[in-house]
Amino acid sequence: MNIVVCVKQVPDTATERKLRSDDKTIDRDAADGVINELCEYAVEEALRLKEAHGGEVTVLTMGPDKASDTIRKALAMGADKAVHLVDDALHGSDALGTSYALAQTLRKIGFDLVVLGSESTDARTGVLAAMLAERLGVPQLTFANKVEVDGSAITVQRVTDYGYDRVEASLPAVVSVVEKINEPRYPSFKGIMAAKKKPVEKLGVADAEIDAAQVGLAGSWSEVADFAVAPPRAAGTVVKDEGDGGVKAADFLASKKFV
Amino acid sequence: MSEILVLVEHVEGQVKKVTLELLTLARTLGTPSAVWAGPGYSAEAQAKLAEHGAEKVYVADSADISDYVVAPKAELLAQLVSEKSPAAVLVAATAEAKEIAGRLAIKIDSGVLTDAVGVGDGLVADQSIFGGGVNVHSRVTKGTPIIAVRPNATPVEAAAGAGTEERVSVTVSDAARAARVVERVKEEKGARPELTEAAIVVSGGRGVGSAENFAVIERLADSLGAAVGASRAATDAGWYPHQFQVGQTGKTVSPQLYIAAGISGAIQHRAGMQTAKTIVAVNKDPEAPIFELADFGVVGDLHQVVPQLTDEISKRK
Ligand SMILES: Cc1cc2nc3c(=O)[nH]c(=O)nc-3n(C[C@H](O)[C@H](O)[C@H](O)COP(=O)(O)OP(=O)(O)OC[C@H]3O[C@@H](n4cnc5c(N)ncnc54)[C@H](O)[C@@H]3O)c2cc1C
Ligand SMILES: Cc1cc2nc3c(=O)[nH]c(=O)nc-3n(C[C@H](O)[C@H](O)[C@H](O)COP(=O)(O)OP(=O)(O)OC[C@H]3O[C@@H](n4cnc5c(N)ncnc54)[C@H](O)[C@@H]3O)c2cc1C
Repeated sequence: MNIVVCVKQVPDTATERKLRSDDKTIDRDAADGVINELCEYAVEEALRLKEAHGGEVTVLTMGPDKASDTIRKALAMGADKAVHLVDDALHGSDALGTSYALAQTLRKIGFDLVVLGSESTDARTGVLAAMLAERLGVPQLTFANKVEVDGSAITVQRVTDYGYDRVEASLPAVVSVVEKINEPRYPSFKGIMAAKKKPVEKLGVADAEIDAAQVGLAGSWSEVADFAVAPPRAAGTVVKDEGDGGVKAADFLASKKFV
Repeated sequence: MSEILVLVEHVEGQVKKVTLELLTLARTLGTPSAVWAGPGYSAEAQAKLAEHGAEKVYVADSADISDYVVAPKAELLAQLVSEKSPAAVLVAATAEAKEIAGRLAIKIDSGVLTDAVGVGDGLVADQSIFGGGVNVHSRVTKGTPIIAVRPNATPVEAAAGAGTEERVSVTVSDAARAARVVERVKEEKGARPELTEAAIVVSGGRGVGSAENFAVIERLADSLGAAVGASRAATDAGWYPHQFQVGQTGKTVSPQLYIAAGISGAIQHRAGMQTAKTIVAVNKDPEAPIFELADFGVVGDLHQVVPQLTDEISKRK
């Protein structure tokens, strides 16, 4: 099975994240770049599927040069090779532009199964997997907390508000995974060393046959008009419990008409 | 006035509160039309939508609309957009509706904005990003704006609309039948409101101490008619199911009132609750970062404070 796992580099959530004042895009230099957490679960699921069914796992990342650290991390976990889509023309792409660029690349490199995280921690749109399925014309098996492959048949449990749906389709398909589908492995020392030698192919927009007019800030379908740092919340009242903390909290709730 | 399509969220034939919020919001932007997709439609549902301002109710209630993952609903909306040329499409910012919005965006070649906490003149959306740290105004620059709005962004106000029913005939394409739902498994959730929709959320964290002790959190929630949430420390420990996790890799909630008990207030937890209107915290550590957000905080043992609060609320009812 030819599995491609889409991995995004995001600013570390533990550091302060900012937008740039010049073009209002996320400031990727201001914070350390880390692998998007849900992408670790995606890599883990891809590796488990490969271990069970054979095949190859390719990491696909669209992002600036420094995203190569994140690619190495996924390779160190055990992925076989990577494709790094990197081109200044891609800077500032919105979800439509990003899904278009990734779909073009996926068409070029081929796949039986594409695995994504269900959401990134920076933009958090949660739409990429659905958009890829739409663009590629393949089944959408998203928000999975369980994935089973049997020949060309694929079944997932799709998490819903009320529990889950069992969803069936055939390969090729796009899957996105939720937290707790698995426990991502830590890269071993051997894995880290091996990752240094694994092939990483760099592609620009022309190589992937991406129309530059449909990506980047100018090509996007939406824009940030303006932004401002949120004012801090007004300081509240903090009381120490002296046996009446619950009563005082009830008084507060009553003053706000919640009780 | 221009037409605004609002995709109806419904469960077992009941219109969800977020849809009434979206209709209220849509009235400030144009003339709302509700779009009902999937089985369960009734005269009662129609009346509810009309009471909140729907001028028209487009109905496509055949089973195959919901027998396949997301794609048929996106096809239905794409068909309506091309027939009616609305000024915008509003959906709730739920996981599934955002996916519908995403596929629709590609079909109609239009931009999509997710997780808006408000929509104003010129269809400019307010987004609260980076866990509430930055407020953004954004807009769609190509096509018909598609905006996914968070639950609890707009208080519901009734205002009668005609609610004229219009049946829509859709033929779900073969491509949209690629991922078939073969079974729906409902997990027991009791009578509590849904986490992302609830006006009040009571969450417990590591400080709760055990799965059994979550009963303390549930009792407080029930006294307020609230939903129960949990921090990742609590779901990781297996004390509460993962679907109730609030935060960056869990649900984002934006209730009127959020009560955090035994939760430290890590940035990844705050990302899921920072836009709550009022925040109350109970924590035994006076230095816990959650107090920086709290409108009211009690420094103390939650096992004392929370049951007392529950009793007090019951007494005052
Ligand atoms: C704060 C913020 C808000 C934004 N809001 C919007 C908006 O409302 N509408 C809009 O159109 N755009 C928006 N964008 C732009 C959006 O970030 C980009 O389009 C982004 O590349 C894709 O969105 P996502 O990360 O939210 O994807 P998600 O759908 O949340 O990501 C899910 C998965 O997609 C895969 N993936 C995502 N990006 C990449 C990548 N570059 N390379 C490889 N795999 C990837 C990963 O597997 C990831 O786990 C926003 C950006 C920011 C910073
Ligand atoms: C990429 C990433 C994503 C994450 N996503 C999420 C997410 O979605 N949601 C989430 O919640 N976290 C998330 N986390 C984890 C987050 O960083 C914190 O570890 C987590 O929120 C801590 O949960 P907690 O506050 O319950 O536990 P702790 O931080 O251990 O805090 C427990 C608190 O309880 C107090 N306490 C203990 N006993 C009592 C008592 N008897 N009475 C009163 N107070 C008491 C303590 O003083 C302490 O402040 C994520 C982390 C990462 C790295």
